[in-house]
Amino acid sequence: MKTIGELAKLVRSKNAGPFVMTIDIMFADSETYELVKETGVLNRRMVSEIYHMSENQVQFFEVDNCYAFKISIPRPYFQGDIRDSDSHAGQQYAPFVDLLVPGT
Amino acid sequence: MVSAEVRILAGSGVCGAGFRAESLEEGIGKRPHFIGCDGGSTDPGPYPLGSGETAFGRSSIKRDMRLMLLAAQKEKIPLLLGTAGTSGGHPHVAAAKEILLEIAEEEGLKFPLAVIHAEQDKNFLKKCFKQGRIKPLDPAPMFDEETIDKAERIVGMMGEEPFLKALDNGAEVVLTGRSSDCAIYAGIPVREGIPAGIAWHAAKILECGAASVEQRKTADSLFATCRGDHFDVEPLDQDLRCTPQSVASHSLYENADPFRLVESSGTMDLSTSVYEALNDRCVRVSKSGFEPAARYTVKLEGAEKVGYQTIVIGGVRDPYILRQLDGWLETGEANIHKRIADIYGDTITRDDYELNIRIYGKNGVMGPLEPQKELTSHEVCLILEATASSQEIATSIATIARHKILHEPIPEWSGLITGLACTYSPAHIERGAVYRFNVNHVLEPVDPYEMFPIEYMNVN
Repeated sequence: MKTIGELAKLVRSKNAGPFVMTIDIMFADSETYELVKETGVLNRRMVSEIYHMSENQVQFFEVDNCYAFKISIPRPYFQGDIRDSDSHAGQQYAPFVDLLVPGT
Repeated sequence: MVSAEVRILAGSGVCGAGFRAESLEEGIGKRPHFIGCDGGSTDPGPYPLGSGETAFGRSSIKRDMRLMLLAAQKEKIPLLLGTAGTSGGHPHVAAAKEILLEIAEEEGLKFPLAVIHAEQDKNFLKKCFKQGRIKPLDPAPMFDEETIDKAERIVGMMGEEPFLKALDNGAEVVLTGRSSDCAIYAGIPVREGIPAGIAWHAAKILECGAASVEQRKTADSLFATCRGDHFDVEPLDQDLRCTPQSVASHSLYENADPFRLVESSGTMDLSTSVYEALNDRCVRVSKSGFEPAARYTVKLEGAEKVGYQTIVIGGVRDPYILRQLDGWLETGEANIHKRIADIYGDTITRDDYELNIRIYGKNGVMGPLEPQKELTSHEVCLILEATASSQEIATSIATIARHKILHEPIPEWSGLITGLACTYSPAHIERGAVYRFNVNHVLEPVDPYEMFPIEYMNVN
């Protein structure tokens, strides 16, 4: 079984404004993207479990024209506020890197 | 300007982040109708907006501004500089204007300048709030008159209309306070007859400079040509390539929704966009849409002072302490609060300060989002962070915290222990004032110009 990190060309996270963060998981070609999409391993429910939040807080997109999955969630703390630990939300994608993709 | 084709040169993703001088030259060779560049965003956090400072140094901003100004003046084309000085409030605009005038003097340039202000008058905001013209976005912090009073400043994000008005009134250089990054680039092509969907999508790609290339090396310029039903985009460094995927994926960057991007005058719809390679480094984009807004809105951004902060950085290596780290710190924290109460009594209560202990090696990066609960590191870094109404109190609390954690006992050892490896002497670092974003709202103005007064001057 391969991991998302091994299959993707880019996994990243960033602020989408100071109140929301967004995670992009992008693949180099449509074959790999469709393969991962068919497994259903990436979905709103698993995202909500990774980040300990309810499913309705998770925006989940399949962006076919750039072979990417996109996930947007509210920040636990607003950017730069007391207790915020990642001002650009640049390192919040980490849990996806070692995620195993069944059938690969 | 011709109506069949609008050629646009984006200097860089941010004025101050840099670009290759050769790339700008290359772009000029393609005869752009104007040069654009924004000067910031909320990306550096609430500090620049709250403090009035810029995120990039003066010299960095001046270098980029000089090259763009010289190029625009030589070609006799407009230069549009949005979101001056990182946040686009009064002090940021003043700093950027000073740099611009300094360059003009040094280079002997003469031009009509428009400076458009975006920091909002607090009485105007209160009036709008009472009239129900300020509406929350999601998620939004609580907003009322007190929010307005507490804010160091609140800026409005202008659309394309004030830029066009300034140009109509003869400005060759337009320097603005907070503006939509895309509005810098979209106004002119839309007015020249390019369909709004094409113009706004091109603007979205341009506003980050060369960020939409396959392998970004460094910040750089970008060029786009808008025509009737499409735009072509290409990097100016011959070593860089735009591919259909690199351009398509740029709609993901820093947006919550990859298909719908909201601006003051409407919403881009990129769900139907088509991307095709013209060659190995140039991409053609077509079929992007733009839905005009039912109601014009201006996004507000504000920051308030939280207090003053002092931190202590240290590390823990003792395996016995690490095995009981959470409990050890919990007791340590309780002892810190007790000591503060002993010193200050009723004059400083738990509501008057914040004590936060960050644990790098455990969940320092992800905080409450961290899925891994088990500590596997052989050492951890602690940041003891005190925030209070004055620097003096914050520092006093930080020094108490240091001393308490330093000598917090564990049952395995008898006698006085020293459980924290302090990095520096003095162990504490004063961080000065700290701020928070306190507004995520839109205002419904009477018209797109109401909030953005334009100041005209002849630079000579």
